[in-house]
Amino acid sequence: MNARYLPYILILPVTLFLCVFFLYPFVLVAQQAFTTGSGFTFDNFREITSHWKFPISLTNTLLLAAAVVPVQLALALLMATMVSRMGKGRDLVLYIWTIPLGISDLAAELIWLAIFEQSGFLNTMMSGLGVIDKPVNFLSYEHPGVVFLAIALAEIWRATAIMLVILVAGIGLIPKEYYEAADVFGASKWKQFTRITLPMLRPSLQTALVLRVILAFEIFAVVAALGGTLFPVLMGETYTYQFDLLNSGAAAAMVLVILAISIGFTLIILRILRVPKGASI
Amino acid sequence: MTDTVLVDAANTRKWGRYLYISSVVLLCAWVLVPIYFLMVNTLSSPETVNSFPKTLVPEFDLGSLTFFAGFAGMLTALKNSVLVAGMTMVMSILIGAPAVYALSRFEFRGKSTFRLLILLTRAFPLPLLALPLAVMFIRTGLDDTAFGLALVHTTLAVPFAVLITFSLFSGIPIELEEAAWTLGCTRLTAFTMVVLPLIMPGITASAIFAFVISWNEVFAAAVLTIENRTLTAFLLQNLDTSPLHLKFAGGFILVVPALIFIFAVRKYLFAMWGIANR
Amino acid sequence: MTLFTKVIGAATGAALTCTAFAAQADVLFGSTQANPVEEQQEMREQVLSGFGSPVDYQSNDGGAWLTRLNAELQAGSGSIGALGALHGDFSAMNPDDLVDLTDLGLSSNSEKFNTLAKLGTDQMQYVPWMQASYIMAANKQALQYLPVGADIDALTYDQLIQWTANVQEATGEPKFGFPASPKGLKHRFFQGYLYPSYTNGVVRTFASDEAVVAWEKFRELWSHTNPGSTNFSFMQEQLLSGDAWIVFDHTSRLAQAFNDRPDDFVAFPAPAGPTGRGFMPVLAGIAIPRTAPDMDAAKALVTYLLKPETQIATLRATNFFPVIDVALPDDLPPSVKAAGAAVAKMSASADANPGLLPAGLGDKGGDFSRVYVDTFERIILAGQDIRTVLDDQKVVLDGIMKETGARCWAPDAPSEGACPVE
Repeated sequence: MNARYLPYILILPVTLFLCVFFLYPFVLVAQQAFTTGSGFTFDNFREITSHWKFPISLTNTLLLAAAVVPVQLALALLMATMVSRMGKGRDLVLYIWTIPLGISDLAAELIWLAIFEQSGFLNTMMSGLGVIDKPVNFLSYEHPGVVFLAIALAEIWRATAIMLVILVAGIGLIPKEYYEAADVFGASKWKQFTRITLPMLRPSLQTALVLRVILAFEIFAVVAALGGTLFPVLMGETYTYQFDLLNSGAAAAMVLVILAISIGFTLIILRILRVPKGASI
Repeated sequence: MTDTVLVDAANTRKWGRYLYISSVVLLCAWVLVPIYFLMVNTLSSPETVNSFPKTLVPEFDLGSLTFFAGFAGMLTALKNSVLVAGMTMVMSILIGAPAVYALSRFEFRGKSTFRLLILLTRAFPLPLLALPLAVMFIRTGLDDTAFGLALVHTTLAVPFAVLITFSLFSGIPIELEEAAWTLGCTRLTAFTMVVLPLIMPGITASAIFAFVISWNEVFAAAVLTIENRTLTAFLLQNLDTSPLHLKFAGGFILVVPALIFIFAVRKYLFAMWGIANR
Repeated sequence: MTLFTKVIGAATGAALTCTAFAAQADVLFGSTQANPVEEQQEMREQVLSGFGSPVDYQSNDGGAWLTRLNAELQAGSGSIGALGALHGDFSAMNPDDLVDLTDLGLSSNSEKFNTLAKLGTDQMQYVPWMQASYIMAANKQALQYLPVGADIDALTYDQLIQWTANVQEATGEPKFGFPASPKGLKHRFFQGYLYPSYTNGVVRTFASDEAVVAWEKFRELWSHTNPGSTNFSFMQEQLLSGDAWIVFDHTSRLAQAFNDRPDDFVAFPAPAGPTGRGFMPVLAGIAIPRTAPDMDAAKALVTYLLKPETQIATLRATNFFPVIDVALPDDLPPSVKAAGAAVAKMSASADANPGLLPAGLGDKGGDFSRVYVDTFERIILAGQDIRTVLDDQKVVLDGIMKETGARCWAPDAPSEGACPVE
C-alpha cells in the first residue's frame, strides 16, 4: 500500500460519516443564522447580542467554566495519581470514582436539587447537627454567590470523572522504569509527579482539557435546575430561542457564537499544552 | 538521635498513609453520598420524599419502583436502549480507530482541518441538528430504526473515541512498532499485537463514553424514534413534569444499567504495561 | 332476490369492516399535554383504551414534539396521526399544515373557544379538546392568618399581600410561592391576572400608570414570597414540602397536592384588583397534520375524544376539564373537585374580569410572553426602575403587535388593526 495515500484511506470512513451526519445538517443550520428571509444578513447576530440577557449569560458561562474546569483538572489529577499507586481495592475505588459518568443530566439535576433545596438533604443534615435552627434557602436570588457555588459543586461532581478516566488511561502508559529510576536517585513523590507524570501526561491532559472545556460551554440542565431564572447561560438561551420563541435563525446564531468561543479556547489549550514533535517519550 | 529521626520518619510515613487513606475515603464519599440520596428517595414513599426533615435511611417502600414495573413497554424500551448503545459503541470504535492511527502515525496535508472537524462535532448541540436529520431519515427510511438512531449517537461519540485514543496513541513510541516490523510483523499485525494491548484502556474509556452518551441521550431519541423508543426517550423526557417521587425512581432506573456497564468493563481501564504489572 | 341482496349486503358489510379494520393501524397520537408519567399511563389505560382500535399515545416535551412534527411536514410523509397541544402551539403553525376539521361537525360549548380554534381562518383548524385555568391554593395552616374581614373566596390583591405578610410575621419565613422558574408559568400570571386586574388590559395598557401600580403591588407581594421561587415550576411540590403555604399555579400543576393530602389544602379564586378579578383559561386542542398516514382513523379518534364519556375519563386522567356540556359524576378525584369549585367561584364572582387567550400572534407567541417575563426579571429580580423598564419593553411589545397585526383581545378594548400599545 502506498504510504502517501494510506492516511487518507484511514480517515475516509470517519470523514464520510461526519459529512453525512454532521456537516450536512450543520451547514443547513448555519445557513439559517445568516438569513432572515431576505438574503444574507447579520440581523440574527445583532438580535441576540443586543438582548439584555446576552452579556449576563455570556459572563455566567465563562465564569462557571473558569471556576469549575481548573478544580476538576486538579481533582482528576489527584484522583488519577492516587488510584495508580493503589494496590488492593484499585478496581473498586476507580469504579466508584467513575460512577458519575453514568449519571444522566436529569438524575444529576434531581440529586443536587434534592440536596440544596429548602427542604433538602443539606438542610436536614445541618439542622440535625444543630448548626441551624430553621431551613436556609440556599438557592435564592438574595445569595447569588451561594447559587453559583451550588452549581459549581454539582458540575464538579458530575463531570470530573470524564477527565479522570482519560488521565488514568494516560498515566498507565508511563513506563514504570522512570519512577524506579527516580526512586533510586531519591526524588520525592512530588518531584516525580512534576518531573515525570505531568510532562509525560501532556497528550492526555490536552485531550481531557479540550473535551471538558467544550462541554463546559454547553452546560445547561444542571444549571437550569439549580440556578432557575437566576443564572442564565448561553446554551439555555439557545434553547429558548429555538423552542420557546421558535426563532431558529437566532438559535443558530447563538450556537455559532458558542462554537466560536469553544474553538477559540480549544486553540489556546492546544497551543499551551503543545506536544513537541519527537519528544513524546 | 537517629532513633527519633527514624521514629519521626516512620511517623510522617504513618501520617502520610492516614492522610492518603482518608482522602481516598473522602473522595469516595463525595461521589457516593449524592447517589445514596437518590437511592433513599427512590425507596421512599411519596409522603417521605416531600417531607422535611428528610430521612437519611431508606424505608424500602417499593411503590415508586413498582409503578414503573407496571409501565407498558419498559422491557422493549430497555432492549432498544441496549441495542442502540451497543451499536453506537462498536461503530464509533470501528470507524474511529483507523482515523486515530492515521492522525498519530502520519503527517499529511489537511490533518489540522480534520482535527478541527472532529472537535466541531463535539461543540454543537444535537437538538438543533435534529430537524434536518429527522427530515433526512424520514426520506431515506432510517426513521424509527435502532440503527438510524445509533448512527446519530455515533456522531456524538466518535469525537470522544478519536480524541482519547489519539492522546494515548501519541504516547506510544513508534520505535516499538518498528521493532515489531523488523521482527516480521506487518503494519496490521504490529498494530494488533503490540499497539492494541497498550491502547486498550483508551479504547475502553471511549467505549464507556460511547455507551453512556448513547444511553443518556434524549432529544434525538425522542425525535427520531416512534415505536422503537429507547428507555431514555420513553421515560426521561416526561419525568421532569412528573411528581417528585416518580422523578427520583425514574432517574434511578435509568442510572442502574449504565453503572452495571461501567462495572463490567472497569478493569480494562488499566494499561497492560504501566501500573498493571507493578 | 331479497335473500340475494341480503347476502350481498352482508358480504360487502363484512368486507368493509375488514378493510376498515386493516386500514386502521395504530393511530399515533402525539401530544404535548398529559406529560407526567402517571397521566400518560392513565391516558393509555383509561381514556384511549375505549377507542376500539389501538392508539399509540406518545407525550413529548414541546421541543421534541415540534421538531418531529416539522420534520414530518418538511419530508412530506409522517407517522403522527393526531396532535394534542395548546392553543398557542397550534397558532404558531402554518394553517395549511393542519387539516380542515369543519366537516366533523364538532365544537365546544364556548363560542370563544370555537373562534380561537379557527386560528383566524374560516375553517376549524383544531377541535377544542380540554380546558383548565390558573388558581390559588393554600395550606390550611395559613388560614388562621387571613386578614380580618377577608373572604378567601373574594380576596383582593391588597388582602393577599396582607395575608402573606401576616404569615411571614408569624412563621418568620416568606411563604408565598410563585412558579418563577424558567419552566414555571409565571407569564400567564402577568398576562391573565395581574394586568387585567389592575389595568383592565394586557397590551394597550402595558406601560400605563395603572401598570406601574400593578408592578409596585407585585413587588410588595414578592417581598413576602419564598426567595427560592425562581426554582419553582410545579407548585404542588412546594405545597407538599411546606416550603410555600399560599401559591398560584395551573390547576394541573397543583393536582398532586390535593390528591395526596386532600384534607390539608384549599383551592380558591385568584384575587381581584381595582379593575376586577382577572383570570384566563388554558385551552388544549386536537388537530390532524396534513401528513397523517390514516386520515379517517385520525378523524375517528378526534370524534372519540369529544364524546362525553371520553371527556370525563380525560378529566380524571389529566385534571383538564371538558369543553362540552356533560354532567360530572360525583366520584371525581379531590384535585378535580377542589379546582373545579375554585374556577366556578372565580367565573361566577361579581367582579369577574375574564381574559382571552392571545390570538393572531402566530409564531410570535413566545416573543409576546418573553416581554412579560423580561419585565418581571428586570423589575423584580434585577430591581430596576418600573417606569424605565416598562417604557423599554413597550417598544418590543409594540414591534411584535405591529409585525403580526394581531387585534386586541379581551379584556383589552377591541381594535381596528394591530392592537396598539398606548
